[in-house]
Amino acid sequence: MKALTLLQAVNDALKVEMSNDKNIIVYGEDVGVEGGVFRATEGLQKLYGEERCFDSPLAESGIVGTAIGMAVAGLKPVVEMQFDGFVFPAFNQIVTHVARMRNRSRGTWSLPLVIRFPYGGGIRALEHHSESTEALFAHTPGLKVVIPSTPYDAKGLLISAIRDPDPVIFAEPKRIYRSVRQEVPEEAYTLPIGKANVVRVGDALTIVSYGAQMKEVLEAAAKLAQEHINVEVIDLRTIYPFDRQTIIDSVKKTGRFLVVHEGPTNFGVGAELIAAVNEDAFLYLEAPPTRLGGFNVTFPLPRGEKHYMISTDRIVRKAKEIISY
Amino acid sequence: MFEKYDPREGKRLQLMDEKGKFTPNGGPILNDDELLDAFKKMLYARVADEMAVSYQRQGRLLTYPPLKGQEANQVGAVLALKKTDWIVPTFREHAAWATRGVPLYNLLLYTYGNEEGMNVGKDFRILPVSIPIASQTLHAVGIAYAMRYKKEDSIVLTYVGDGGTSQGDFNEALNFAGVWNVPVIIYIQNNQFAISVPRFKQTAAKTLAERAFGFGVEGVQIDGNDIQAVYQAVKLAADKARSGGGPTLIEGFTYRLGAHTTSDDPTKYRSDEEVKQWELRDPILRLKLYLISKKKITEDDISKMTEQFKKEVDEIFRKVESSKDPTPEDIFKYHYKEMPYELKRQLNEYKTYLEEGK
Repeated sequence: MKALTLLQAVNDALKVEMSNDKNIIVYGEDVGVEGGVFRATEGLQKLYGEERCFDSPLAESGIVGTAIGMAVAGLKPVVEMQFDGFVFPAFNQIVTHVARMRNRSRGTWSLPLVIRFPYGGGIRALEHHSESTEALFAHTPGLKVVIPSTPYDAKGLLISAIRDPDPVIFAEPKRIYRSVRQEVPEEAYTLPIGKANVVRVGDALTIVSYGAQMKEVLEAAAKLAQEHINVEVIDLRTIYPFDRQTIIDSVKKTGRFLVVHEGPTNFGVGAELIAAVNEDAFLYLEAPPTRLGGFNVTFPLPRGEKHYMISTDRIVRKAKEIISY
Repeated sequence: MFEKYDPREGKRLQLMDEKGKFTPNGGPILNDDELLDAFKKMLYARVADEMAVSYQRQGRLLTYPPLKGQEANQVGAVLALKKTDWIVPTFREHAAWATRGVPLYNLLLYTYGNEEGMNVGKDFRILPVSIPIASQTLHAVGIAYAMRYKKEDSIVLTYVGDGGTSQGDFNEALNFAGVWNVPVIIYIQNNQFAISVPRFKQTAAKTLAERAFGFGVEGVQIDGNDIQAVYQAVKLAADKARSGGGPTLIEGFTYRLGAHTTSDDPTKYRSDEEVKQWELRDPILRLKLYLISKKKITEDDISKMTEQFKKEVDEIFRKVESSKDPTPEDIFKYHYKEMPYELKRQLNEYKTYLEEGK
């Protein structure tokens, strides 16, 4: 066991998997010599050579488009988009080919590739460096979307994503890249994609969240506990396919539901989860299932981002509203 | 490799002219038996293409993109490849599919509206039809990277149209191919029109081939209606790629004698005279004149062959018409290796609905 940050856990996952499987190729902008602008791929080129970890030309569509070809031909590309807001030049390749190749060929060509990128705000960044785009990908048939919230989960989920026969969008919460260290096994291990994690057991309310937002959700749960309100907290971990069963089981127990996410509220992940709760746990509900999401506004530049980010206090307030409904 | 045919000097590779005669620089690249075989393949593609258009007109087939006039670009190129080389097509390469040996049934079934047509297995080393313009050129570059990485002796040929050269993906593909120096041929079928938009509105460059040089890649323009020029250029580019020489951009200068698709009316954007001029440069016509002059074939042989091909295509299309439509399972089950719960749930709900309606 080593105490690693989430960022180091990502790096560690790539390291151990690349040593296990020679077909894994890692590339993107600045990922080779520099090891990525956040250093997620640091040391890989030294360990595995320039053929397996390298700097590509600065063109996201080119990165994803060529990864499709590599995957068709039996390699397992793990490519990096430098930031969430730079994934859009590749959006056409992702939506029109990555997500569809398997269905288009009736199963002949599957694309075992991973598209990694740091996502989310709260890091006082330039425009286009703070986006939460998971709903765009979760809405696209044929993709899997994974977002870890801890170092342990990041390593296990990334290894699962690399071994998955289907394409995986792997969004990494950059705001908490370095904020917490956690004991992480040195060897390779996997966590199931499509399975949520109940990280705190409670009976007053079910709160679902994921990624960087888990930090404030857990802080809110601790604050509520001081007032003897025990909420259940679920880390979704996989956005699609989402773990309906774990959520429904929890809501049937608590009778109350709150989903919290940084991405824009309207047509977001929260809307989908609330629909699931209404479909399968309606008669158990004591209060309207509720979402607390980012505003449907362009993510503000640093001076204004404090208004956008969802604070611990806002979650506490919302939780109390639902509980006293 | 193609120094003698630098497109920036206005040079275009042509080995056989419109009359079926070898040009001064030309000469036989393929022997007469090989040319006869190529002729049959082009004729088969022509017959299948014309019949597909007529099925569409009869309301029996859906939107279809005709390739009439472009056959040499496809038959010649695929003949110059090894069976282990990859083909990454767009949506107008039926002759390339047929030359590679993929049953016509599959393409017609796909055009008929059933994805099952693209389920041709991996052995043909051809990717499914790709409709987003120029996007497939990047896939070809990725496959080429994989071939080199795995030390396979295979190269990749991808098609794109003249309109496709305006897309970012085409430019990124050339750029990645150049930087990575991977074994890929990007073959532009410059058929002069992107639906209705003429070639000169796509780029101020005099030729499409010369665009390669800005990427540090070699480019050559060839007469795409001269099957020997196509064969020669692809063979040389393939040999170069195989020996580590990297990518080549080939511009096949050709013409789409038919419409963009069966939903298009080309009389709106080009004159009959122009089309007539290009009919005289038909790739099949010139090979026919040559083969007749060499007594390898007669007009009578060709009519018989045409009738025979028509019968074959019609039998195939009748099979397509009697094929089963996809089941609800079929439209669900190929998105993921293992169907996620949410898809199972939607499928089951729909099946219950169907059952209850009975």
